[in-house]
Amino acid sequence: MSDTNDMNGASGMNETKFGEYGGQYVPEVLMPAIEELQSAYERYVLENEDGFMDEFRRHLRDFGGRPTPLQRADALSERYDREVYLKREDLLHGGAHKLNNALGQVLLAKYMGKERIVAETGAGQHGTATAMAASYLDIDCEVFMGRTDINRQRPNVFRMRTHDAEVNPVDVGSGTLKEAINETMRDWATNVEDTHYVIGSVVGPHPFPKMVRDFQSVISEEAREQIRKKAGRLPDSVVACAGGGSNTMGAFHNFVDDAEPRSANRSSGHGPRDDESVSLFAVEAGGSGLTIDEDEGVAPHSASLSSGQDGVLHGARTKLLQSGDGQILESHSVSAGLDYSGVGPELAHLVETGRVTPVNVGDDAALEAFHRLSKLEGIIPALESSHAVAYLERAAQRAADGSSGHDQRDEADELGDLVIVNVSGRGDKDLDTVIEESAKRGIDAAPSMEVFE
Amino acid sequence: MSELEAAFADEPALIPYVVAGDPGIEETKEYVRALVRGGADVIELGLPFSEPIADGPTIQNAIQRALSGGMTPDDYLELVSGLDVDVPVVCMTYYNLIYQYGGREAQRASERSSGGTPRDEEGVEAFVSAAADAGVSGLIVPDLPVEESGPLRLACDEYGLDLVFIIAPTTTDRRKRRITEQASGFVYVQARMGTTGAQADVSGDTHDSLARLAESDLPKAVGFGVSAGEHAREIVSAGADGVVVGSALVDIVASGENVAERLESKAAELKSGAREGEQEIPEPERTSN
Repeated sequence: MSDTNDMNGASGMNETKFGEYGGQYVPEVLMPAIEELQSAYERYVLENEDGFMDEFRRHLRDFGGRPTPLQRADALSERYDREVYLKREDLLHGGAHKLNNALGQVLLAKYMGKERIVAETGAGQHGTATAMAASYLDIDCEVFMGRTDINRQRPNVFRMRTHDAEVNPVDVGSGTLKEAINETMRDWATNVEDTHYVIGSVVGPHPFPKMVRDFQSVISEEAREQIRKKAGRLPDSVVACAGGGSNTMGAFHNFVDDAEPRSANRSSGHGPRDDESVSLFAVEAGGSGLTIDEDEGVAPHSASLSSGQDGVLHGARTKLLQSGDGQILESHSVSAGLDYSGVGPELAHLVETGRVTPVNVGDDAALEAFHRLSKLEGIIPALESSHAVAYLERAAQRAADGSSGHDQRDEADELGDLVIVNVSGRGDKDLDTVIEESAKRGIDAAPSMEVFE
Repeated sequence: MSELEAAFADEPALIPYVVAGDPGIEETKEYVRALVRGGADVIELGLPFSEPIADGPTIQNAIQRALSGGMTPDDYLELVSGLDVDVPVVCMTYYNLIYQYGGREAQRASERSSGGTPRDEEGVEAFVSAAADAGVSGLIVPDLPVEESGPLRLACDEYGLDLVFIIAPTTTDRRKRRITEQASGFVYVQARMGTTGAQADVSGDTHDSLARLAESDLPKAVGFGVSAGEHAREIVSAGADGVVVGSALVDIVASGENVAERLESKAAELKSGAREGEQEIPEPERTSN
């Protein structure tokens, strides 16, 4: 009765947690499917049974267009007086890193003999990637999407339908990503025997966080090799935006071992730079500020790594935006893809151990970065990726602003001389939002709209 | 024998579910009294959580109403301790509310002493202790599978609460053994796939699940989709020791019309269905129970 330890190693499976984070907090009806998925993950993904990983890599190349380039950003390098490289996931088929995971999981569903896949989507990027992969690999696909998101992401809804996916509106609650995940889990619990849930980020119960990370880790696998070829060494830092954290873990994974973890006590400041180490910065959506309104149940940001409390949501223990009672708060970001109250458990663990540094960038700074990258480099980044790009500017501003104290000076220096920024997706999907929000906020860098008047 | 187990001792148990605070605390007290008058043997009282992934639309909406009304875990425990009914109360909620209970205080204390985050058991133990004080007899936590239940199981043992686990139609025999080893009070047999919600018939899965649980000593209560006296009859005649009814009652609450009266008569219908079902069990089986 008291000996529960042996149960964590169910069927000899690998560890379900990252330190204190992760686990499998799901209804019993789903546990057999989770066990089945664990077994499939180990056999097909980890052990390449039946050549699964070979086939996955072939699809990534032939259908997805991998490898994506690692491009030196000449104008940004000059502006920030350091070598800035962009990992161009925006050039992956579909326009975002999401396809890496969607292809992997849809293929896995087929290897597992499932007849149907379901997926949640917030902004529609994961739903679109899943619908594309489902068309390509010929399997039935249903996507759950909050009503609010459907109304603000109409082109992506149409794209999913074009690929013959069924899009099911979710009307409960605020009608955004959190509710879409809840509803997809309910569908999965109803149809678990013939259905696989293609979860869209490094969240959910084990083995999803590890499996999605593994499918996305092709980003850092390529980037590591590319930066060695182009710059002759590993980068000083990798910067990626973090909502749920799939592009983040994808961009970090193959660099995680390139450092001794710093002290877990994050308030002690940064120690001397180790020349061999790669610093990892997870840029969260700071929204309009890091406060919360408990009465309204709203956090005007999505910075769960920076400001969240430990809790259990959507199958995993992780860092969450929640009230003191444990009710989950509605998050906010101008970027729909970062707008989530939780974060992947592995990122929570890497932050807790000091390996990953969580930072955040607000809505305005992200919009400015959107325009800056578009003008200076000819790349329209997704609003999610704009957060990562914006962090370069903030670090540079602080470095230039000597009066702001040496903690911030350290922060700028820690990006180092050679930086990789993950451009997780392209921003075409965000143009409506950017036009509206830039005007509303008076963003100076925005192009003039007078041609329309 | 725990209070919960004892509730199954004499005849098939009726376990109605309502959400605490839907639409308000006083109404919930009134509804619980009405359900007990109608024949309830155990009250399953939902403590509302913002992300109820195991619940269908009826109960999701009830939870939203309760949360909009300001229901908190502390209000809940106060409500339970103020209930003047003589049947046990089992609390149905999701793990984060238990995990986080007293979280801010525990965290502050822990930061003062060691500079770290609180151990995960602290909130769990604080909740179970407070629930025991309030008179809660047991817990049902649908997003806590047996693998993750260690800390809660220990706390329940320490404070004398039962921890009820769900057996689903998909549960394998290996898992079933593991769950029945950890369960206490009763075993909650999930009658069908999916989420909670009133249905028009009794799923064939129910018969299979009950047959597979025949050797377990714990009482077996069937829930998910049970909404009429006829269902209760069929479920009990198939070998269940009790029925859990939620969405059909929550629908009555949501209607806002003659709620207490209609809850009482619905409970009476379900209870009498359950009693009829017991009469249909062949004599040798009945005595062996």
